Amino acid sequence: MSYRTELVPLDDRSKQLRRSILRMMKSADRGHLGAAFSLVEIMRVLYDNILNYRADQPDWLERDRCILSKGHGCLALYAILADKKFFPDMELDKFCEFDGILGGHPDSRKIPGVEACTGALGHGLSIGIGMAFSARMDNSARHIYVITGDGEINEGSIWEGAMSASKHKLDNLTVLIDYNKLQSYGSTHEVLDLEPLADKWMSFGFAVEEVDGHDVNKLKGLLAKKPFSRSQPFVIICHTVKGRGIPFAESNPHWHHQSRIGQKGFQQLYNSLDTS
Amino acid sequence: MRKTCLNTVYQQALKDERIIFIGSDLGTGTLDEFKHEMPDRFVMEGVSEAHIVGMATGMAMDGKVVYVNTIATFLTRRCFEQLVNDVCLHNASVRLIGNGGGLVYAPLGPTHLAVDDIAILRSIPNMTILAPCDADEMERLIPQTVDWPGPIYIRLAKGGDPIVSSNSLTCKIGNAIQLETGEDVLLITTGITLQIAVEASNELKQKGVNASILHMHTIKPLDKKTLKQQLSKAKVVMTIEEHFMIGGLGSAVSEFIVENSSYSKLHFCRIGVPDVFPHQYGRQEDLMRVYGITAENIVAKVSELLDKKRDFL
Repeated sequence: MSYRTELVPLDDRSKQLRRSILRMMKSADRGHLGAAFSLVEIMRVLYDNILNYRADQPDWLERDRCILSKGHGCLALYAILADKKFFPDMELDKFCEFDGILGGHPDSRKIPGVEACTGALGHGLSIGIGMAFSARMDNSARHIYVITGDGEINEGSIWEGAMSASKHKLDNLTVLIDYNKLQSYGSTHEVLDLEPLADKWMSFGFAVEEVDGHDVNKLKGLLAKKPFSRSQPFVIICHTVKGRGIPFAESNPHWHHQSRIGQKGFQQLYNSLDTS
Repeated sequence: MRKTCLNTVYQQALKDERIIFIGSDLGTGTLDEFKHEMPDRFVMEGVSEAHIVGMATGMAMDGKVVYVNTIATFLTRRCFEQLVNDVCLHNASVRLIGNGGGLVYAPLGPTHLAVDDIAILRSIPNMTILAPCDADEMERLIPQTVDWPGPIYIRLAKGGDPIVSSNSLTCKIGNAIQLETGEDVLLITTGITLQIAVEASNELKQKGVNASILHMHTIKPLDKKTLKQQLSKAKVVMTIEEHFMIGGLGSAVSEFIVENSSYSKLHFCRIGVPDVFPHQYGRQEDLMRVYGITAENIVAKVSELLDKKRDFL
């Protein structure tokens, strides 16, 4: 973990998306706050600047694919999809409701713009590899983005997929790892150390970059280059802070998932975000 | 049957550019023609079933029709979560071709037997399950799998099984086939147990017992319409499968029977593998004999059931 970042302040857009996340959590009084807040800038840069898509035609064949493999970070995905008008804004007030479309993990059968049902970890990369293979078969410029968690890459299927992506020279595949260094029980270092993470991916045949996952400009710069390296899949290790934007929740494992937060609790969350 | 299955997939792929084949470290030379003629659509992956099933789903979500082939038990037990969350939840057009369904790998021991594959897959919504009886039936079914909606599991038997199916009977996914018509007993089969039932039926005939045979190459969805017609005429019913008695054809039929109170007077028996791990090796036939999946045992059990029926009356 040699990578060090100094936290840059969040701009209005980053705060606005985080407010949407709090709004959803408030409607259900629950949600994976930490996992979503660490992802916001990654999702924002993808949907604001990188992905080729049509919100009014979510099944358009030539769209880029963005698979949120760490499905528990779905609040960040829902916030940006609503912002881009994939579905009506009012859905945000029905998070986890019986007749809502936005559940605790994303469901592609219900939510326009969601590419795959995820939630069980370690599935998104292989699905993305299939899509990247298919895009190449079709001579299409579609690019496939897969966002994984850090705890998620404990799963063996991720490394089966990594070998395969490299074997097939899928340079139309970009994996973004949300490396906030905190999994459910505690630090990734203690639970199952991923280091040396960059070396691992390199030895599996990926082109590797590391970036401050909250630095919008740096993320834009890295993602703009497609392919990053000819004949190689690309992985970006995004160094992030779990719960970024709420100082008392940052790097705090109790905020991986929270429920029964209550009116007062939400007021504290909103205040903390506004003054951070 | 395996060769016919893969060759038929190859023939379909020549006509349909959506078709992709993925093997998991199969025997050297497998589908060489496919590999050389359609290299972009032939994939030989490593020993990584979980990944392969996810990858196949990704391809199918883009409109491809993907045939995945490896040893049945690795395709069903190993990557159950990928089958549920990837293939079936997305209702993806992935076709799983399982080598060595049943007791085929008897000499290789319990890690390689597939006597729970049908039980595992029956529990997943959207899954269609096929167990053809011979190579000819396989050849009739595979072309139908290309456009069949949703996922399919295709159970393969050993090569060189005797041909018992007939071209003269309509063979459609989802429709059971009636081969013999007799009023004394109804034998319901799937996969290669049809051969055994035919043999048993001939022996029973010599004893003056006439059997109907209903062959279910499609176990899911179960052809309830035909089953209902046949059950309404039957007094003695037996299911015969090369699979655990838990969760397979016998379970499916017995569930149907108990849900329909009009069959309360039926005498019913399941032939299959009991709830144990086989602990011998030998040949497939040796284990079939251990568990009574033989014509001889069918004849004996049918006689017992007919006696019971007489006592009951």
